[in-house]
Amino acid sequence: MNIRDKVAVIGAGCSKFGENYDKSAEDMIVEAALDAYTDARIDPSRIQAAWVGTLSSASAGNALADPLKLFNIPITRVENYCASGMDAFRNACMAVASGMYDVVLALGFEKLRDSGQRGLGTFGDHPVVGYGTTAPSLFAMAANRYFETYGIDKTALAKVAIKNHHNGTMSPKAHFRMEVSEDQVVNAPLICSPLGLLDCCPTTDGAAAVIICKEELARSFRSDPVKVKGIGLSVTSGEPYMKPSFAYTGFPATAQAAQSAYEQAGLTAKDIDLVECHDCFTITEILNYEDLGLCEKGEGWRYVAEGRANIDGGAVPVNPSGGLKSFGHPIGATGIRMIYEVSQHLWGKAGERQVKDAEVGLAHNLGGPGSVGCVTILANS
Amino acid sequence: MVGIVSYGSYIPSYRLPRDVIAKEWDTPSLGGERALASFDEDSLTLAMNASIDALGERNPKAVAGIFFASTTSPYREKQAAATVATVLDTDKELRTMDFTDSLRAGTSALLTALDLAKAGELLLVCAGDARMGEPDTIQEQHYGDAGGALVIGSENVIAELVGTHTVSQEFLGTWRTEEQDYLKSFPGGFENKFGYNRFIAETVRGLLQKCNLEARDIANAAIAAPTQRALQGALRSLDFDIKSQVQETFWNTVGDAGTAQPLVLLAAVLERAKPGDLILVAGYGDGGDVALFRVTDGIAGFQVARSVYSQIEVKRTLQSYGKYARFRKLLRKDYATQDESTPVVLLRDQKQILPLYGGKCPACGVIQFPIHRICTECGYREGLEEVKLSRRGRLFTFTNDYLTETPDPPTTHAVVDLEGGGRVFVQLTDCEAERVEIGMPLELTFRKYHEGYGIKNYFWKARPAE
Repeated sequence: MNIRDKVAVIGAGCSKFGENYDKSAEDMIVEAALDAYTDARIDPSRIQAAWVGTLSSASAGNALADPLKLFNIPITRVENYCASGMDAFRNACMAVASGMYDVVLALGFEKLRDSGQRGLGTFGDHPVVGYGTTAPSLFAMAANRYFETYGIDKTALAKVAIKNHHNGTMSPKAHFRMEVSEDQVVNAPLICSPLGLLDCCPTTDGAAAVIICKEELARSFRSDPVKVKGIGLSVTSGEPYMKPSFAYTGFPATAQAAQSAYEQAGLTAKDIDLVECHDCFTITEILNYEDLGLCEKGEGWRYVAEGRANIDGGAVPVNPSGGLKSFGHPIGATGIRMIYEVSQHLWGKAGERQVKDAEVGLAHNLGGPGSVGCVTILANS
Repeated sequence: MVGIVSYGSYIPSYRLPRDVIAKEWDTPSLGGERALASFDEDSLTLAMNASIDALGERNPKAVAGIFFASTTSPYREKQAAATVATVLDTDKELRTMDFTDSLRAGTSALLTALDLAKAGELLLVCAGDARMGEPDTIQEQHYGDAGGALVIGSENVIAELVGTHTVSQEFLGTWRTEEQDYLKSFPGGFENKFGYNRFIAETVRGLLQKCNLEARDIANAAIAAPTQRALQGALRSLDFDIKSQVQETFWNTVGDAGTAQPLVLLAAVLERAKPGDLILVAGYGDGGDVALFRVTDGIAGFQVARSVYSQIEVKRTLQSYGKYARFRKLLRKDYATQDESTPVVLLRDQKQILPLYGGKCPACGVIQFPIHRICTECGYREGLEEVKLSRRGRLFTFTNDYLTETPDPPTTHAVVDLEGGGRVFVQLTDCEAERVEIGMPLELTFRKYHEGYGIKNYFWKARPAE
C-alpha cells in the first residue's frame, strides 16, 4: 500500500480563477488542459485515460470528453465533496501505479457563478434532520468550539486571511489579488458567526489539470518531473454534528490522510518545505496546521499569529498561492490546483511567491463537513 | 371524581405592539401588544407545546383520547390531534379528534372530554390558534396567538367537575369561508350585542341555575372575550364583580387567542386557585359553552411547568411589521434554495422525528441520533435499542448563520448534548443571536421547520431553558 516513486507529474495547468462570467466550463477546461499539455510538451493523443473531479458541474466522463474532444478513451468522473479534485488525481495515480496506463490526465473544474447561489448550500437530503446547513455553518461550529477550548477570538482567524490575501497578490491566476487588514476582516459582515465574509473563501469558477505518467517514462517528457511520494484519503462521519464523540476542534480525516501520506513517503511534517492546504474558512487553516502536524494541538492559531506560516516565516510556509481564501475555490478544481501550485514551487516557477529551495511539498484537500481528507506529498527528487 | 388533572399553556415569545400595526397603516392604535406566533409556529405547535407541559411526566400510554381545537388548523384536511398523539408518544389505540371551525371549539372539546372521562378515561384537550385579521383592519390588532392544554381524568384531579352547560345558536358575527384568507366581522356593535353578550350571559346563567348557585359563589371565572370591553358588556346582566371574580382577558398582552383563549384563561385561574374555589370556564362562538369546577386539595401540591404569567413576562418585542408580514406570508419571497420534503421519509423516520427516539448501542452504550443501523461509535452491527431522548440539554457548539434564508435571520444551528445521552443537531429558536453561548441550558420545543412539498415539516428546535 505505497505509491511512492511510482508516478510522476509531468505537466500542470490552471485557468484563471475568479468570477468568470465570460467563460463557460468548456472554456476553462480547455484553458487548463492546454496549459498542462504545453507544460508537459505532450500531444493529447498520448493520454490513455482521464479522471475529472467536479462537485456539481457535471455528472460523467463527458465533462472532459466533449470540451477536449478526448473521445474513445476511459474517462471517469470523481465526486467526493470539496476533495473531488484531489481524489480524481489520486484515482489517476493509482491507475498508473497499477500498470494499467502509462500517461493519464486528471482535471478538476467547477462552474459556480452561472447560478446566483450565495456560497454552497445545504448538505444532505433529509426533510428535517440536519436541515438547512450551509458550508460555512459547518466550519463556524468548529470555530466556536475551538474558541471555547483555547480561549481565543476571531482576531486570531483574521491572521490567516491577511496572510493568504497577501500571498494572493503574487498569484496572477488568483481570484482575489488584494491585501486585507485585520480591521477589515474582523469587521466584515457576519456570514456564520464567528466567520465573517473575509473569513470565507469566495465562490469561484475555474479549472486545473495535471498530466501524470509512470515514473520510468517521466524523463522522456521533462528533466525535472515531480514525483508522487504518498497519497492518503480518509473519510470520517459526514454528520459530525450528530456524532457524540466528535470534539469539533479538528478534523480526524485530515490527520489520518496525512499520516498515511507521510508513511508512504517515509517523511514527517519536519521534512515538508511548503504546504497548500484547504483553507475554505480561516478556522479550517488553523485546524489544518494541527491536523497536518505542523504544530501541536491547540497551537495552530499561534503558528499563523507568529508568522510561521508566511512564505519566509522560518517554518513551513502555508498557502503561498493565496489558498482557497484568495486564489479561490472552484470546488472540483481546488485539489488539482493544489498539485499545480506545489509543482510550480518544486519546479522553481512560482515567481514572486516562490518558496526558496522547495524540494518537498504537501497538498491537502478537505471535503464535506471536514469528513473527507486527502493529502498528497510531492517531491522533485 | 371527574375533572382537571393537569394543565399547560403556551404563549409564543414574540409580541407585536399594536402601535407597530397602527403605524404601518396610519390608523389609531388600540394600545398594548399581541402575542405573535413566529414563522416556525402554528396552531399545532402552539397546542403541542402546551400539551407537553400539561402531560408532564405522566405516562402517555395512559391517554385514551386527544382532542385538538383550532380555527386555524395547519391542514384543511389532515388531522392535527393525531400529530399531537404521535409526538406525545401515546398508544396508537386512542381516540383522536379535531374540533374546528368554531371559536367555541376549545371549550366544546373540553366538554366532550369531561363527558368521556366519566367512563374512567384519561384525555388530553389542547387548543391552538393563530387567527388572521385582514391587514389594515382593526381585527389585525385584536387577535393574538397562544395554545392551551388540559389533561382530563377521574383520578388525582386538581379541579373537580361540578357541571356544564351549552347553548347552540345560529349566529353570524365573525366568520371565514373556504375562499377567504382573513376573518370577517360584521361592523359595529352587532356581534357583541346580539351574539357575545347574549350567549355568555345565557350559558353562565343557565349553568348557575342548573347548579343552584349564585354569581357570588364563583371564586374566579375564565370567560373568553374578544376584548376586555366586550367582557364588561357580557357581565352587565350577570352579578359578577369583574375585578375580583373574573380573570382578565390578557387582551393587552396576548390578544384574543381564539379557541385557545378560554384554556389559557383557565390556566391563569388555576395558577392562583385555592382548594374549595368554584371556578368556571366559558367559551363563545355559535352559542356558548361553560364548565364549572370545584378546586380540590390537589391544587396545593401542583406545580405547573410554565405559568401563563411568567410566559407573558418573558417576551421578545417585534418592532417590524415587515417581519410579521413575512412570518404570516402576507409578503412572500422566492428563496434561491427550495425546501424539499417527502411524506415517505417523514413516515419512515416518524419515531425519530416526532416522539424523538434515538438509538442506544447495546455494546458501547452510546446513545445516538438518528438511529443508525450500525453504531457510529463502535461499529456494533446487530442494531441499536430505541430509547426516548431527553428534551433537555446543553449547547455544545453553534453558529448564527446569516447565509441560510429564513424569515427571521439568523438561523442558529445548534449541536445539543442531551441529558442522559444523545447529541442532536437542531435549530435554536426564541433566542436573540447575541445571547447564544456554549454551555447554555436548552430545552427542545416542537416547531415547524419548513413547508417543502407543500406539507408541514415539523421537528424539534432548541430554546433557552429557564
